[in-house]
Amino acid sequence: MNRFRRWYGQGPLQLLLLAASFALALYAGVRLLKGDLVAIAAWFVGAALVHDLLFVPLYACADRALARVAGRSRGRRSWITFVRVPAFLSALLLLVWFPLIAGQVKGYEAATGRSADGFLARWLLVSAVLFAGSALWLVVRVSRGRRSATKGRPSTAH
Amino acid sequence: MRYISRITTPDNPGFWRSPLRGPWLTSVLGVVLLAGITLLFVTGLLSYAAYNPDLSPFNDKTPDKGLLGFYLFDWPTSPHWLYRLSQGLHVTVGITLIPVLLAKLWSVVPKLFALPPARSVAHALERLSLLLLVGGALFEFLTGVLNIQLDYLFPGSFYRLHFYGAWVFFGAFVVHVVLKLPKALRVLRERGLRDLGREARGEREPDEDSGLVTPRPAAPTVSRRGALGMVGAGSLLLFVTTAGQDFDGVRGTALLAPHGGGDPGSGPNGFQINKTAAGVGIQPADTGGEWRLTVSGPRGGLRLSRDDLLQLGLHSSALPIACVEGWSTSDQWWRGVRLRDLAALAGFEQDPPGVLVESLQRSGAFRKAALRDNQVRDPRSLLALQVNGEDLSLDHGYPARIIVPAAPGVLNTKWVTTLTFGELR
Repeated sequence: MNRFRRWYGQGPLQLLLLAASFALALYAGVRLLKGDLVAIAAWFVGAALVHDLLFVPLYACADRALARVAGRSRGRRSWITFVRVPAFLSALLLLVWFPLIAGQVKGYEAATGRSADGFLARWLLVSAVLFAGSALWLVVRVSRGRRSATKGRPSTAH
Repeated sequence: MRYISRITTPDNPGFWRSPLRGPWLTSVLGVVLLAGITLLFVTGLLSYAAYNPDLSPFNDKTPDKGLLGFYLFDWPTSPHWLYRLSQGLHVTVGITLIPVLLAKLWSVVPKLFALPPARSVAHALERLSLLLLVGGALFEFLTGVLNIQLDYLFPGSFYRLHFYGAWVFFGAFVVHVVLKLPKALRVLRERGLRDLGREARGEREPDEDSGLVTPRPAAPTVSRRGALGMVGAGSLLLFVTTAGQDFDGVRGTALLAPHGGGDPGSGPNGFQINKTAAGVGIQPADTGGEWRLTVSGPRGGLRLSRDDLLQLGLHSSALPIACVEGWSTSDQWWRGVRLRDLAALAGFEQDPPGVLVESLQRSGAFRKAALRDNQVRDPRSLLALQVNGEDLSLDHGYPARIIVPAAPGVLNTKWVTTLTFGELR
């Protein structure tokens, strides 16, 4: 047992589990890849690669750039959130509904009997509401902070 | 210490600076995904069964499924909202989980770049399994999200890709859960769901051999609670702008969902449409006065005009349209001839068998589709001629369409031209 562990690097349970999972993956994978083997494999592996090597660096860099800009101003932690959150939410909607928002779904009208226009406008509108709401919240926070700062000041009348 | 800042390749743990990463955040997200993805897998298998793929080659887009169809059962007709619920959950929960999935992948991304690529045979195999896990998860979400938006970019039939892809993914998912869940639960049990005291005191989270906690944390710009809140807000926003496409009254709230926003028309026939008549090549001449329904069975073939059908006993049922794409309508009031009465006309007076339904449609999947005997026998199953007190509109299947309780929308064939009882191939 110990010799096995030393050679393999883990206990036998892990190996058995993986073997069972690979057997299932092979059984389903042969069927999955039937048809256009190269394209389907490229989609499967490509989804992971594009996410890890393109999407993650892209949004991490965008966020770091935001933090750097905010870093030059005072009290950055208090306002960076007010840009980050609506930007994140807006980008998330764009990511999920990109085909409809970009108007690239050719068969939409023939299928649903409804106009394919309007998704872009609605996404922009939702984004506008998110950013405006965030700005309003920031204004309320800042003004409330000022008021409590004034209240907290010790009286100098005596 | 200046040299440390020059170590900027991603295989170095110091390259990753976020103080949020650590076993606690990954465990919380992992447990949420465990519950969510299990629900997606179960409702996905239900949807596959709802097509009755073992009934007829016309229903089966995966004839090579082999053992993967081991669990198939006769899809029931009660409760009549069964498919509406299960598929609505599948799509709505799937969309709601997207930010959680992305956050989970973000939380473990340093491990992707860890070197050496394999410390042992066991480690190499586990990393291969992780490729199936991550590739599989993204593949399933991507094909699903594209399919509900009718953007068929993927290389092949959605049914095949999404079904077989789910099985490839699920094997790796189970392994990952078995190997990681005990540790995740221990982290959450020991530190609690709110593990915030340490963070508030500015202490580092113990790495516990996870390789997730950065040795070189940047100054925090958001707390872990704040980060989870942001993920939750993303899920909530997706949920409230999607879920409305399953209810007629609040469809307008589903601002970006494919069948949200508004209805295609007003009046009795104004509810949602999956395929318009023009979209699938229905010609006006096909549906005019010359239209006849052929009903075949042991008595041979009958040809009935729409007026003939209206002379038969008409019955009513209140049933929804529920699509595999995850949208549905509330119950509509259909009126037409019971399928079992048509079976009786064809010669099956007792215990009618299944029926093969053919449409006038010139293109599109499921132009021919089979219904099982339990679906034919249900007194609510109709060959509908009217809806909500009016004749069917052309886009809802005039002159006649099938409506069966709890069946996926695509099996509620529109523009029916032939019903063949007892012969499904």
